[in-house]
Amino acid sequence: MKEKKSSAWKSIQFGLAVLLGLFVYAYGFDVTKVNLEELRSERRQQSLTRVTRTLAQPDLITYDKQEAIVNSPLYVPCPADNNLSAIPAADTAAAYLAITPACANPGETVQVEGFNFPPNIIGPIRFVPGSDPLNVVTLGRESIKTDGDGHFITSFVIPDRISEEPQHIRVTISENVGSPRFTQNAKDTWDKIIETVFMALLATTAGTILAFPLSFIAARNLMKSVRSPLTSVALSVLGWPIGMGLGYYIVNQIGIFTIPLAENIFTNLISVAVTPFIFWYAVRWALPQEEIKIPSPSLRLTRLLVLFIAILVAFFGFFQLAGLATNISLGIEKALGSFGFLATFLFQVSDILRIITPALGALAAGGTLANFLGHLGQRISEKNATARVKTTNLILAALAGATVLGLLGALVEWLYQVGQFEYTFWAPVLIGAGLGLLLAAFTQPKDTLPTGMVVYSITRTIVNALRSVEALVMAIVFVIAVGIGPFAGMMALGLHTIVSLVKLYSEQVESIMPGPLEAITATGANRLQTIIYAVIPQVIPPYISYTMYRWDINVRMSTIIGFVGGGGIGFLLQQNINLLNYRAASTQMIAIAIVVASMDYISSVLREKYV
Amino acid sequence: MLQVKNLTKIYDGGVKALDNVSFEVPDGQFLAVIGLSGSGKSTLLRCINRLIDPTEGQILWDGEDITAASPEEMRRIRRKIGMVFQHFNLVHRSKVITNVLAGRLGYVNPAWSLLNRFSKEDMEKAVKQLERVGIADKANQRADELSGGQQQRVGIARALMQDPKMILADEPVASLDPVLAHSIMKHLEEINKKDGVTVLCSLHFLDLVHRYADRVIALNQGQLVFEGSPRDIDDKKFKDIYGRDAERVG
Repeated sequence: MKEKKSSAWKSIQFGLAVLLGLFVYAYGFDVTKVNLEELRSERRQQSLTRVTRTLAQPDLITYDKQEAIVNSPLYVPCPADNNLSAIPAADTAAAYLAITPACANPGETVQVEGFNFPPNIIGPIRFVPGSDPLNVVTLGRESIKTDGDGHFITSFVIPDRISEEPQHIRVTISENVGSPRFTQNAKDTWDKIIETVFMALLATTAGTILAFPLSFIAARNLMKSVRSPLTSVALSVLGWPIGMGLGYYIVNQIGIFTIPLAENIFTNLISVAVTPFIFWYAVRWALPQEEIKIPSPSLRLTRLLVLFIAILVAFFGFFQLAGLATNISLGIEKALGSFGFLATFLFQVSDILRIITPALGALAAGGTLANFLGHLGQRISEKNATARVKTTNLILAALAGATVLGLLGALVEWLYQVGQFEYTFWAPVLIGAGLGLLLAAFTQPKDTLPTGMVVYSITRTIVNALRSVEALVMAIVFVIAVGIGPFAGMMALGLHTIVSLVKLYSEQVESIMPGPLEAITATGANRLQTIIYAVIPQVIPPYISYTMYRWDINVRMSTIIGFVGGGGIGFLLQQNINLLNYRAASTQMIAIAIVVASMDYISSVLREKYV
Repeated sequence: MLQVKNLTKIYDGGVKALDNVSFEVPDGQFLAVIGLSGSGKSTLLRCINRLIDPTEGQILWDGEDITAASPEEMRRIRRKIGMVFQHFNLVHRSKVITNVLAGRLGYVNPAWSLLNRFSKEDMEKAVKQLERVGIADKANQRADELSGGQQQRVGIARALMQDPKMILADEPVASLDPVLAHSIMKHLEEINKKDGVTVLCSLHFLDLVHRYADRVIALNQGQLVFEGSPRDIDDKKFKDIYGRDAERVG
């Protein structure tokens, strides 16, 4: 009895589910406007046929044309004495026309017969008004088609042009001469498809380089164990902005100091040759490879100082390298001729180097200072009494909170231009300080906070938010930032590559075997060493695989990113579609298909080989 | 001398893996840790080098408090404690020699690890350790190309790279056949006898315990239920350790 009831209930459920499914699909049909009537309408079918036929004839190959004209005179109207002797006999050795009758009134039809023409060609047949047989003005729009013997016969309606002189009927034959060659459209397509592939290559490279380090801080299993006491967290939070500011300032000063020196190529050469040695030896002294004993404080301090100077020297070297690259590129651009793009490349690289060096300095200094202060905080909270740590925490947490929210407030001010400093800056500073105080007051002073998970969550949130913005939409923003062209497309694809790869990569990191990680940690390796020796060897194959997959996607994406001005072949394709130039568009579609298919093939072969 | 005092570990889920365990290990001893699966052997060994943070209690090693060590101090302590695992825990895709060199990471400055650089002395040392465990010819093969017994030897060579004063072996022979088990245990014994390295080794088979261990501690549900010489494990003690329904094998 009970079973029966449940089976009936099941049937009802099933029926309801089917009904619901029907409803969903019916609504879907309505929303997507499924309408086959339109497809069957004659007008649609005609244009579809026309477009399909055009698409089937891509504008790819052309020949040089040689044109020859064959004229034959006739009178319009017939002369009064009906004397047609002024018309010479045709030269029957070459192609010639026979018109019967040889005179007619406007609107009458004459029969035109052609002999000795090339076989199987199509050409226009025209009426040439006036007595000049070479007149370029012609009338009519018919064409003739010769048979296999080069003979044709057609009727021609005489237009309303009268003259006493003999006028002419002209057939123009154009013949392909020489070997076939590519059309301008084919050449443009080639240029743009190269642009497309390289756009994808650069975007993938830049994306991979940046996603690689980020993927480790977006991996839960690595970040979960990162915990530090509040003192240390607060100090490193303070360390980042201060360090970045200082680093940027110092490196910029080095840059300013370098500029006058960088113009001379000999100074460049010497600096670029010497600075690596100074850096190398200084670093080798300051960072001994293995250290069994704990070094004395004074030795530590000297080492820090030497390291600092070495880094300053390194940045000086960077600027000199940029200067050297610029000087060389300017010097050799002319000499290289058609390889001038190499010089341009060098110039751009030097420019990139010059721009990113201060940013690099800021990041390095920020990281170093934050790290150093973090260690200091760790020590403070270990070596001092609880009460003292608590006081320190209260002060530092308030400062750190104020700094973070103050900076956020400044960002808000810049974005929305509120203009009221007390709301956008001082209020956040106060709130931040208050939050910091609360945090310090309600945590045990020596307890560790899950800093790793906080960093992980923030990274993941940003990555997921950015990933949901399509590269096509990002391209619109970058087109505004750097102008229409492939560079904008590259930037958009690059950014999207970073965020998607961070997600894919970090999922790989999360699925590694924990055993080796444990073993390497047990040897006394620190976190960085654990990542290098236990994590990276395990994730290299999937990383390669995902990078290739991403390159594949980027090639596909870059073919359409031109639709919004992002350069590449999409730009050309869209233009031709809008001009209704379907033969040209067809060429580009074929090019895209070939490139995407071969990328697919290549990446699968490479993946199989290396993974 | 390693002193474990009132060690308790309660996992996040509320499982009590170690319950007020106290014992001492003099330098140079070969101590076997026995007990059923899940009795807390692995947790105990991992608490000693703080791969797992104990909930309560203290571990003193030569007077230094391991449980209170800062990360920087922990690095110095860990590099003197080698560890050998049941599943070898080698990095499969790396070469054997790289796996062995990884044992040196506690000594190498992290900045140099970024460049994947080891000193010449370390390279020579690594080859020497591989010679010692008898697989120097496999140095340039990938770790996962080796058989189980060979992989465990690489694990031992990695531990030896640390110049350890103590080795923690977490069921080092549980995944190997009896013949290989003896050869691995002999390596551990030799390290213990010749180099004077303290060995803490968790084991399943009592005949291995009888043959290699100086002393035994037994855990049951996180509690220390036996401490003494392997010869003192009679049938009654055996049932205390392994439960009333247990029968001796091997």
